[in-house]
Amino acid sequence: MSAKITTIRVNGAERTFLARPETTLLLALREQLGLTGAKRGCAQGACGSCTVLLDGAPVVSCLVPVATVDGAEIATVEGLADGPRLSDVQQAFLDGFATQCGFCTPGMIMSAEALLARNPDPTTAEVAEAISGNVCRCTGYQPIVSAILDAARRRRGEGARR
Amino acid sequence: MTEYFPDEHRPRFTVIGTPVQRSDALGHVTGRTEFFEDRTFPDLAHIKIHRSVHHHALLDDVDRSEALRVPGVLRVITHADVPANWYGVLRLIGIGPDDEPVLAEDRVRYAGEPIVAVVADSEAAAIEGASRVRVRYTELPAVLDVEEALSPDAPIIKRAGTNYFVFEGHHARRIRFGDVEEGFARADHVFEWRYSSAPIEHAPTETTGCIVVPQDRGRLLIHSNTQAAFFTLDNTALILDRPPTDLQVKGGTVGGGFGGKVDVMVEPLACIAATITGRPVKFVYSREEEMQVSSPRAAERIYLKDGVLADGRIIARKIMLYVDAGAYARHSPYGATKAAAHLPGPYTIPNVYADCHCVYTNRTPSSAMRGFGVTIADFAIESQMDRIARALGLDPLQFRLRNAYRDGDLKAHRKVASGTALIEVIQRAAALVGHELPEEYRAMSSSTPRGAGG
Repeated sequence: MSAKITTIRVNGAERTFLARPETTLLLALREQLGLTGAKRGCAQGACGSCTVLLDGAPVVSCLVPVATVDGAEIATVEGLADGPRLSDVQQAFLDGFATQCGFCTPGMIMSAEALLARNPDPTTAEVAEAISGNVCRCTGYQPIVSAILDAARRRRGEGARR
Repeated sequence: MTEYFPDEHRPRFTVIGTPVQRSDALGHVTGRTEFFEDRTFPDLAHIKIHRSVHHHALLDDVDRSEALRVPGVLRVITHADVPANWYGVLRLIGIGPDDEPVLAEDRVRYAGEPIVAVVADSEAAAIEGASRVRVRYTELPAVLDVEEALSPDAPIIKRAGTNYFVFEGHHARRIRFGDVEEGFARADHVFEWRYSSAPIEHAPTETTGCIVVPQDRGRLLIHSNTQAAFFTLDNTALILDRPPTDLQVKGGTVGGGFGGKVDVMVEPLACIAATITGRPVKFVYSREEEMQVSSPRAAERIYLKDGVLADGRIIARKIMLYVDAGAYARHSPYGATKAAAHLPGPYTIPNVYADCHCVYTNRTPSSAMRGFGVTIADFAIESQMDRIARALGLDPLQFRLRNAYRDGDLKAHRKVASGTALIEVIQRAAALVGHELPEEYRAMSSSTPRGAGG
């Protein structure tokens, strides 16, 4: 099969490139569009390090052939901040020490963004469910869950936890 | 309240309790932190390995012809392309012999051992090429158990002639302190149990890997996620038989390591491939390789035999400890030494005998992982303490307090203990969980010599 001209909107900007049938959304983002925030942890949909939003829903981009999502709206971690101003979720991760090695962080943040977009007031259990597909091997789940709950509070206008 | 370390106490310290932003966190939350793989090169070549399917076998023939016919395959690297094929990571601190080949020569010693490296234009071509290598083996008997490996009729799997690492002329890292047999004879009770652990994989979210980029005048820039940049640089230089100044390692950003990224597994072959092809080369483990062939924490087997007096004093402890190094040494001799240094645990025991063996088997080589050598020994020692306490009807904390080492005690390694604080830690832990201790035990102190306070 031959390469196909593919267009996606990434973080609001239209991007057109050649995609071979085996090119995944993850590899297109990382190697063709230079957006390396989404990570390759397992290349089999098991670790969540490559999580991005596809038309608003979180997907493991390593399992999405990019030619099948022509015309889609993609959001990655690179699009969250407004210049130096971080998103609520990013700021809460920063303030809450919810990062360790940092490799799972972009995927965690995108899963969190998807959760808060559809549920502004999640319970702890709902947060845990939302990040259940994101593996953190430094075992930092506790601060990650706290940071997402904190981000939800900030977004609802209730102010930071500290 | 007791001031435990008065000479180390600085009332003006203000760090604890003051939040300080991690220097790397802003990069992590914005996705701007640069991990080794976050670099793209239009002419990047890729490495995939053809690995042994047997635990132990002779290599009769390695046929690369079909692999070389795969479109995109540039080269199939064999041991003959590796300038100094035999190495050992610990040679940098004077520990030998070099016992591991970068690529197998005439035999393989574990399932998953690298035989040849396929370099290709694309990852897909490298995978396809690696799958087309044909190897004819003569299978050999495999040794998969540490104690079987040490039995006189076990097949010898190592070039050096023994299935164990030789510690300064000895079969094990040893402790000889007092007379354990005399202690057992004098004891009111003798307890002996066996403890064992399985290998544990670190499973970092970022798999082991590197990208090597040729520079001017033949120098090589190594983007790596190693936890041991200087070990990697020096060992790679030795394997390449080139001066270390020819190499630059750029790293320090590690997507999870936990000890799993201190061996030197990907950089030498990527350097060779980059030199041969003149192109940037990436060698990164798949998740399957990370799980199957990256070195785990060693499996250990530990026999503990204790002689105990009726009042709960341990007077003799004998330890036979076996670290399963797998097929090659890597960091395991160091792990076995750490295990010996940790024995007999934080207790003062007048008679101690230990043999800590670093044993070779036809299993995946094990290596470093968080406190290796120490962690499993502690599991065995503290399990043993609980079981003895239970068997004698003693309170497990009182039993530990009775045997706890104190400042000034002579340890089995003939070092004087200082800054012990074990008694105070147990007392505080007991108070925090509401575990009541009699006055005799609450009055104990690390700084009071044994006998004066119980």
